[in-house]
Amino acid sequence: MRLPLTLIAATLALSACNMPNDAAVVSAPVTDPYVNAAGGGAVYRGDVNAPGTRLPGVDSIAPGTDFAAAGTTVYFDESQAVLNDEGRATLTRQAQWLTQNAAYSAVVEGHADEPGTREFNLALGARRATSVQEYLVSKGVEAGRIRTVSFGKERPASICASEASCLARNRRAVTVVSQSQAGV
Amino acid sequence: MNRRAAISLFGAAAIAPFAGFAQDAPLRIEITEGVMRPMPLAIRFETLGAGDHPDAEALTKEIEDVIAADLQGTGLFEIAKPQDAPHAGFDMTVDYIAWKATDIEALVIGQVAVGDGNVTVRFRLYDVFAGQPLGDGIQFDSPREGWRRASHKVADQIYTRITGESPYFDSRIAFIGESGPATARVKRVGVMDYDGADVKWLTATDDLVLSPRFSPDGRTVLYTSFASGVPQIMSLDVETVSATPLTNDPRAMSFAPRYSPDGTWIAFSRETAGNTDIWLMEVRNPSFAKPVTRGPSIDTAPSWSPDGQHLVFESDRSGSSQLYVMRADGSGPTRISFGEEGASYGEPTWSPRGDRIAFTRQTDTGSSIGIMRPDGSGEQLLSEPGKDAGPSWAPNGRVLIFTRLSGDDQVAQLHSVDITGRNMRPVALNDAASDPAWGPLLP
Repeated sequence: MRLPLTLIAATLALSACNMPNDAAVVSAPVTDPYVNAAGGGAVYRGDVNAPGTRLPGVDSIAPGTDFAAAGTTVYFDESQAVLNDEGRATLTRQAQWLTQNAAYSAVVEGHADEPGTREFNLALGARRATSVQEYLVSKGVEAGRIRTVSFGKERPASICASEASCLARNRRAVTVVSQSQAGV
Repeated sequence: MNRRAAISLFGAAAIAPFAGFAQDAPLRIEITEGVMRPMPLAIRFETLGAGDHPDAEALTKEIEDVIAADLQGTGLFEIAKPQDAPHAGFDMTVDYIAWKATDIEALVIGQVAVGDGNVTVRFRLYDVFAGQPLGDGIQFDSPREGWRRASHKVADQIYTRITGESPYFDSRIAFIGESGPATARVKRVGVMDYDGADVKWLTATDDLVLSPRFSPDGRTVLYTSFASGVPQIMSLDVETVSATPLTNDPRAMSFAPRYSPDGTWIAFSRETAGNTDIWLMEVRNPSFAKPVTRGPSIDTAPSWSPDGQHLVFESDRSGSSQLYVMRADGSGPTRISFGEEGASYGEPTWSPRGDRIAFTRQTDTGSSIGIMRPDGSGEQLLSEPGKDAGPSWAPNGRVLIFTRLSGDDQVAQLHSVDITGRNMRPVALNDAASDPAWGPLLP
C-alpha cells in the first residue's frame, strides 16, 4: 500500500504550507500548547514513524472527536468543482468521522464567489456539493446519508472587494452534520 | 466588432410606424440615435375644486412633479422653469408667438380637478414650432389614491406622441429588497412603481428568496425560495399575496423561472446530481415538466423570444459561460456570444420588441451590462466594467433596469439605462435592492 503513504506525506506538506499565519508561527518563541494548556491538555505520545500510527487531526480522526476536527470546508479553483489534494484529505477525514458516527447524516452546502451570474453560481455550487458527496460516497459513506444544497453566491464566507485571496475563501463546500436526519 | 456600423444600421432599422403623425413631424425624438440635447418642454397645470378641497393645489403640484420627473428621467426632455414662460391656461388659446420667443419646443397644458375621493387629470400637448396641438386632449379619471398612476398615464401619452415609442411609465417592477451584512443578507420580494414609489413587500424576511419574475399579465410573480431547504420555484399572486410552490422535489433544485410570452409555459433550471439543465413546465399542470437541454454542462437562465419560438440561455458547455439560442423544443442550439478571450456572458434577456438581447458580461476587470442582436451581432456595452448585473427590459424595449453593487459591503442599488447607454441613473429607492424584473404596462 504505497499510495496512501504518499498521499499522507503530500497532505502533511500541504497543510503545513497552508497554515494561515506561517510567518508568525515561525518567528514566535517555540511553546508547546499541550504543556501550557489548562489541566495539562492532551499529550500525544505515539511514535509518528511507527507503522499504523497517525497524528491526530491530520489524517485520522480519533473516535469521539468533534466533527470540526476533520475540517468542515474544502475549497475550489475559479469556476471549478474539481477537488484538490488538500480537499481530498479533508474529505477522507470527514468520511472516517461519518463512518464512526453512523447516527449522523450530512448536508453538503456548495458555495461560489461573487463573479458570475446568480443562476450560474447556484448551479456551480450544486456541482461542487455533488463533487464532495461523490467523494464521501467513494470513501464508504452511504449515499442516503448525504444531502446537497447550493447557496450559489448568496452566503459568502468573507466580504470581498475583488482580492483573489478573499474570493478564494468563498469558493467552497461546507459539510454540516446533524443527528437523526438520516435517510433524507 | 464595429460599434459605429452597428449603431447606424440600428438607426435605419428602427423607423417604426408612427400612428397619427406624419413622418416629417417637427416635434420628434429618435431614441435610437442617442439624444445629445434634451428637448425643452414646459408643463402647466391648473387646479379645479380647490374651494372644497384645501389640499387640491398641493396635489396638482405633486402630479405635475411626477409627470416632469417621468419625462426628465428619460434624458430626452428638459423641463422649463415656470418663470421663463408666457401665461397659459387650459381653456385659453395658446399664444404661439409668445412661446416661440422662448426656447421651449413642446408645451403641456393641463388641469387637475379634485373631487370627493377622486381626481381627474386632463392635458393637451402643443408643438410650439409648428404652432398646433400634437394629438387630442386626453382625460384620466382615477380614485384619489391612484393619482400617481394617472400622472404616469399622462407622461406616457406625451412620451409616446413625441418619440413614437410605446409607453412604459405606468408599470411596476418586482425586485429583491436587501438588508444586513453580505455574509448573512436578508432578502425579500418587493414590488414598486417603475420610479421607486409605493413599495409593497410580498414575502417575509425569514426565507432566502431570489430572482422574482412577472407573468405577462403582471398578476403573478415567480421567485426562487430556500424555505424548504432546497431552492424551489414559488408562484405568488400579487393581489392576494399568497404563494404556492410549483416545484417540490427535495433531490432537485429548481430555479431561474421565466414565463413564456403567452403565459402558458415556464422555462426554468433544474439541478439533479450536480447537473443543471433547462426544463419546461406547463403553468396549468406544473407537475408535468420536461427537459429541453441534456448533458453535463450548466444550462441556466432561459429567456423567451417575444414570439415564444426560441429560448436564449447561459451555458458553460464550451468551458466558460456563453449565450446560446435554441428553438423552444430544445433543438438547434447555437452560440451567439463571441467576446474577447476571457469574457463570459450570462443572464440573457430577450427584449419585448425582439430586436435585442441584453446580458451581463464578465471579464477580469468586472461585469457590465450590454446588448446584442439575437444573432450575436452588434454587441454594445451600456455600462463600464464594475459590478453590474441582471438587466431587465422596460415593456417598450427601450430602457433597461439592472443591479449595481458598490461599497465595501457590496450594497446593491437599482439603476436604469437607455439602449444608447447615455442616460444612466439610479432608481430612487430607500432600500438596497437587486434582481429587478420589469412588469408589463398596466392597462
